[in-house]
Amino acid sequence: MSELTLTVMRLGFLAVLWLFVIVAVQVIRSDLFGTRVTQRGSRRDGGRPQQQAPRQARQATPPPQRQQSGGGRQRRGAPTKLVVSEGSLTGTTVALQGQTITLGRAHDSTIVLDDDYASSRHARIYPDRDGQWIVEDLGSTNGTYLDRTRLTTPTPIPPGAPIRIGKTVIELRK
Amino acid sequence: MSSSTQSTTHHTSTIGAIGAPSRRNTELAMLVFAVAIPMFAYANVGLAINNTVPPGLLAYGVGLGLLAGVGHLVVRKFAPYADPLLLPLATLLNGLGLVVIWRLDQSKLLQSIDQAGSAAPRQLLYTAMGIALFVVVLIFLKDHRVLQRYTYISMVGALILLLLPLVPGLGANIYGAKIWISVAGFSIQPGEFAKIVLAIFFAGYLMVKRDALALASRRFMGLYLPRGRDLGPILVVWGISIVILVFETDLGTSLLFFGMFVIMLYVATERTSWIVFGLLMSAVGAVGVASFEPHIQTRVQAWLDPMREFNLSRSGVHDGVMHSEQLQQALWAFGSGGTLGTGLGQGHSDLIRFAANSDFILATFGEELGLAGLMAILLVYALIVERGVRTALAARDPFGKLLAIGLSGAFALQVFVVAGGVMGLIPLTGMTMPFLAYGGSSVIANWALIGILLRISDTARRPAPSPAPNPDAEMTQVVRP
Repeated sequence: MSELTLTVMRLGFLAVLWLFVIVAVQVIRSDLFGTRVTQRGSRRDGGRPQQQAPRQARQATPPPQRQQSGGGRQRRGAPTKLVVSEGSLTGTTVALQGQTITLGRAHDSTIVLDDDYASSRHARIYPDRDGQWIVEDLGSTNGTYLDRTRLTTPTPIPPGAPIRIGKTVIELRK
Repeated sequence: MSSSTQSTTHHTSTIGAIGAPSRRNTELAMLVFAVAIPMFAYANVGLAINNTVPPGLLAYGVGLGLLAGVGHLVVRKFAPYADPLLLPLATLLNGLGLVVIWRLDQSKLLQSIDQAGSAAPRQLLYTAMGIALFVVVLIFLKDHRVLQRYTYISMVGALILLLLPLVPGLGANIYGAKIWISVAGFSIQPGEFAKIVLAIFFAGYLMVKRDALALASRRFMGLYLPRGRDLGPILVVWGISIVILVFETDLGTSLLFFGMFVIMLYVATERTSWIVFGLLMSAVGAVGVASFEPHIQTRVQAWLDPMREFNLSRSGVHDGVMHSEQLQQALWAFGSGGTLGTGLGQGHSDLIRFAANSDFILATFGEELGLAGLMAILLVYALIVERGVRTALAARDPFGKLLAIGLSGAFALQVFVVAGGVMGLIPLTGMTMPFLAYGGSSVIANWALIGILLRISDTARRPAPSPAPNPDAEMTQVVRP
């Protein structure tokens, strides 16, 4: 085999090997640069968080909040993160990206509560069709409290209102 | 507890998004790429050595492609949300290893000393067995949390595996290290399997005990010192690894187990003091044992002065210990490779003679692919470890987290110990490069390791089931005073 062919193959092989590594890194680029880019993009084109799970109409939403959520004002003031402000998970934040957030002691919950007063599937927080965030108690034993009132129906979350589950308090913030 | 759960939620919010794509097609594309590269390498070796494209090229490609394809289909069926990169990366390394083992089979020198000749077909058989175990793991291990039940059984199992080479009649002393057992003509390294079993034990144990280990401590000079009685487990593991070191004279395995335990202890408790303790204890242990164990002393001397060892070996001095020119030859191989390498099939790494296609296979890569190729290989290893750590971050249950970090930590340590040893950074130990090196136990055990990591990542990335709608919600309202 001629010297030239072998040299070309040698360099070609190195190039292909590196190409593989680069492609592999491309596959996991979200690990390197975070998911923030796609997150912003989806919010821009959607206008507001896209809803996933709760396709069932949440008629329980009281009209005032829905009006509030209709205008541009709401979009500017929409909460972007969920913050745990009291309890063993204090300081935990979860970005609100239109997904349903489940709370409870079950291992597959979005926020796994390590709290004797919490049920395994305690409550969930999800955006309704208008992008208004709703908290719903999932039949917990000790109840979910919004401010001081115990929840009986899915209820919209006013900005800054504390949601109390056992010893854990969470808030939605901008 | 609290802060580690905090990171759990933090990462599920970014990774475990509801509509996470399964990414199986990405995996398939990468897999095709990962099979094509070793085929290219195989053709290149054939052209360089025999001036013809090797006649087995198509069969080899089909064989590797078939194995990878079976792996992919099983992942698609049984772990649809698993990580897309682990399988292609492992396939690439395994395929390249096969090619280089075949290339060393062609060496007249190695054939004449009976070190090579028919290693590649056997390695292909081991690869098939490895993929079979990988498939078995994915099919029968539906949820990695099942392994948690076998915490203490794993401990016993791992100890038995580790001590098997010491059983008279079963253990085999090959080149000074007693880490093999021979069963029905096959030599098996139980340590490779013990690595996985031990990771299961450590994960199960630390998950239960980590609060006691993390919280009950005194602060002293910026470090959290654990209570005396909490030092128990680390002392026991340290003792076991010293026993391995003394009786099996295997520095690598000993370092691997102790290092894995320290990594998992650190991850479980977030206490830097454990790392400080771990480093101190391994230093004390290694120096202590090296002071009276001649096999390890030889290794250390070879590391400090490979050229002297080379001359001793060449001059045929018989002073009771086996001198070997391997390390110096490996260093020359790396050196003659330079930046871009000599090209596949055109190096002289067969001068390493013993273990040229197993422990020292990295030297062949270094010579024939050069620094550029070696860096790519090491990056592929780094990517496997990165995916493992990422899996640990994404896992929602503490057991899965610890198991994933333990397995990928052990993998990383093994790569470091072998690569460092071959390159002269640390004393050489008798371990094999995962996937690349010739050796059945290593290939089979590492495929099982990848299978478990894929299972954990499938569980971690699987979208959470949406809570069942409460049928009463629309009709009845609970009225409370």
